[in-house]
Amino acid sequence: MSLENVPTQSRRHGSNAGQPLTRRDGLLKVTGRATYAADNHPEGMLYAVAAVSRIARGRVTALDVAAAKAHPGVVEVLTSANRPPLAHDPDEKMPPFGFRVEVLQNDEVRYAGQPIALVIAETLEAATEGAALLDPRYEAAEARTDLANGERFDVAVVGIGTPARTAHGDIAAGMAAATHVTEADYVTPAQYHNAMEPHAVVAEWDGDRVTIDMPNQAMALSCAAYAAYFGIPAENVLIRSPFLGGGFGSKAILNGPQILAILAARMLKRPVKLVLTRAQMYGPVGHRGHTWQKLRIGTDSEGRLTALHHHAVAATSSFDEFLEPSANASLPLYESPAILVEHEGLRLDTGTPGPMRAPGEASGSAALEVAMDEAAVACGMDPLDFRLANYAETEPGTGRPFSSKALRECYFEGAKRFGWAGRPLAPRQMRDENGFLVGWGMGTAVFHCPHFPAEARATLRADGTALVETSGADMGQGAWTALAQIAAEALGLDPDQVEFHSGVSSLPDGGIAGGSGHTASAGLALNNAGEDAIARLAAIATADPASPLFGAGNIGVVARSGRLHRLDDEGRSESYVEILARAGQSEVIGTAKAARDQESAARHAMFSHGAVFAEVKIDPDLGQIRATRLVGAFAAGRVINPRLVRSQYFGGMIWGTSFALHEEAITDRRTGRIMNADLAEYHVPVNADVPSLDAILIPEDDPYVNPLGIKGVGEIGITGTVGAIANAVWHATGVRVRRFPIRIEDLVIGRS
Amino acid sequence: MSLSISLTINGQARTVVLDDMRVTLLDLLRERLDLPGTKKGCDRGQCGACTVLVDGRRINSCLALAASLDGAEVTTIEGLADGETLHPVQAAFIAHDGFQCGYCTPGQIMSAVGLIKEGHAQGDPERIRELMSGNICRCGAYQGITEAILEAQKAMTEGNRRDAA
Repeated sequence: MSLENVPTQSRRHGSNAGQPLTRRDGLLKVTGRATYAADNHPEGMLYAVAAVSRIARGRVTALDVAAAKAHPGVVEVLTSANRPPLAHDPDEKMPPFGFRVEVLQNDEVRYAGQPIALVIAETLEAATEGAALLDPRYEAAEARTDLANGERFDVAVVGIGTPARTAHGDIAAGMAAATHVTEADYVTPAQYHNAMEPHAVVAEWDGDRVTIDMPNQAMALSCAAYAAYFGIPAENVLIRSPFLGGGFGSKAILNGPQILAILAARMLKRPVKLVLTRAQMYGPVGHRGHTWQKLRIGTDSEGRLTALHHHAVAATSSFDEFLEPSANASLPLYESPAILVEHEGLRLDTGTPGPMRAPGEASGSAALEVAMDEAAVACGMDPLDFRLANYAETEPGTGRPFSSKALRECYFEGAKRFGWAGRPLAPRQMRDENGFLVGWGMGTAVFHCPHFPAEARATLRADGTALVETSGADMGQGAWTALAQIAAEALGLDPDQVEFHSGVSSLPDGGIAGGSGHTASAGLALNNAGEDAIARLAAIATADPASPLFGAGNIGVVARSGRLHRLDDEGRSESYVEILARAGQSEVIGTAKAARDQESAARHAMFSHGAVFAEVKIDPDLGQIRATRLVGAFAAGRVINPRLVRSQYFGGMIWGTSFALHEEAITDRRTGRIMNADLAEYHVPVNADVPSLDAILIPEDDPYVNPLGIKGVGEIGITGTVGAIANAVWHATGVRVRRFPIRIEDLVIGRS
Repeated sequence: MSLSISLTINGQARTVVLDDMRVTLLDLLRERLDLPGTKKGCDRGQCGACTVLVDGRRINSCLALAASLDGAEVTTIEGLADGETLHPVQAAFIAHDGFQCGYCTPGQIMSAVGLIKEGHAQGDPERIRELMSGNICRCGAYQGITEAILEAQKAMTEGNRRDAA
């Protein structure tokens, strides 16, 4: 009997998915035993410290290498003069995620913070001092820092391979048919990921094989890319990334400094550790690019959209392109007979931007949701009623059905929990007991559902436990726990009986931990590997005359609590232990490669949705703004672990709060340097900044997105929240701020 | 030039010969004493990831020169649990999902232990949020952190009462 003929029905029987288990890696993380890249310390290790440019454009004319080398403990100084060759040209892109990088290929400076030398020493202190002694001299050119002096250019693609322009219907006719057109400009700043763990690498060579400890969101792609740079086969690169101290998109892409450290380790034949300083994370490791967006929303007398036009100028570097796909945020959400989204590029002297938590969706949603609020005001409508009047039953423009869409439930449940019904329409109507202005605002949240190809292996062992393996990474989303829950369910075991291995590139390729797609992608692979193992076990049992399951091959079996049961007679069953023991097998191994069903994907629009409601309180004299309450209701398909999902939503909502009120990289126009490249001046929310948070998990059954029905929850929380807070600020004060983050001076002086 | 200092780290007496006066307590722990549980997030006292207890008080170990700490008693995240028994703050962080990526967690927990010991928490979530604001969590696990500290403080206070009775 072939394996394919044995029907199995493990799913949703004896399920542990859906349970709010605590994190399996919790014990390691609270005891300091979770190992992050920079915690490694191989024998004979050297320390590398990067020296980075203090100018934003020009070239390095001199470096005092002799002074650095003379410092006790300094072993070597890598500069463009002596850097050993690489097998890949760093100015050649390596799609999809291989950007141009700065690895001392010449003396040119393309942005402030670019590596201009790497000092390697016996101690961290000596390497740090050596880098300081280099005393670089420059020939500086004027830095391009803003819309005023950057170079505009036309773009064909934005984000990673997304069309830069999409048109549905006749936008001019739609505008002409409108009784009112709301038009406004919005600006979002450059933002930096600022994961708590700085980018780090510990590299150790053994002949032409290299072991790299580094936080990494895309291991298989990275192995291939490092292999190309070092002229070795991809299987000679071993990346270990058991834990990432935050990724947010910044640890999926190769950067120059890490390549230099790996190169130094090969050159010096000793392990090398490089950890970027916090300040050095504001250049070579990506950021969310600056955007300037224009929205035009045409509405008729009923408050229905007649046209939606979203234009965005997205900043990138002078030498590479990652365009924040902001305007695309206007595609999936609101019904309109005409929609036009388009992008232009702007070249600035910065490091190349990259994907940062909800790339495009975050900045685009910020502008769109404020514009929708303005349009609602123009129509004299409640912002929630206005959105419901423009609810898209099918994907706007294409008419494709959504694979599932419980957004209406999100609106209703969120509004109910928040108490939205009592909201006065006009601004500046509410005060709290201290006389602070109170405002309520809302925004719609949306995020697409990518699915990355992934592989996994599940081994059922003679003792009735299992080992499941996939290379995917945990960066805080709870992969160790949620993925183990999925695998346990497929294997008909309790999660405690399932050992979970990940975080090493030699394991089956877990795909990319990003795009909110890791649980669905790696999860489906693990599920399928588990089902494969059960099918193999069932084949053994049903072919064995000594088994109570003998002959059940055509009827099928179900795996539950470590036993296989006949589907038509659950009383007839046998444990995994008994089946394997009688077969004399120590284990049975299931494998799987999983990817999205392209046909289903073509037929359906696939998105997670949500609604966020915000309250702010503002000092009427000082303009001080505090977000005091956030309620988010989200529908994102099947929830594997509500505890972890709620934490993801909270994290996203805090990022939204940060976008709305806190974070911004400020560039000195004279020098092109970022003036606040540290965690004191680049504001991210601290505990006391965070409002009371409530996340409602709206049930949603999605039979199309993937066989598990899982969407994604990592990024959606930031969308909707930014607009909700900005709209609450307007509702409190009557001042419409169209530049993020919203600051005290916007309200006191009326900057916008 | 070298300097010999004596430290008690997690209850263990250590003599450390410093060949470099620039070594911070954080780098001493991480790079020279094989105690990498304490994390470096900014190296300038802005993020709190490196928080340890020195003589029972919370400090940013990135801002303390090791050479200045002769005779000090240092407690790091590695020294908090009693064998396999977690400290109440550690257990509460797991129960309340007070972390995601886990990188700021050692610092958060050491700050929490310090402020509870110092009698600052007093069951008031607003005070806890304010007092914990020197510890940045980029993942945004703040709600769980606050709940965890409230619970741990309660457990520790009740434990003390039982001990006294």
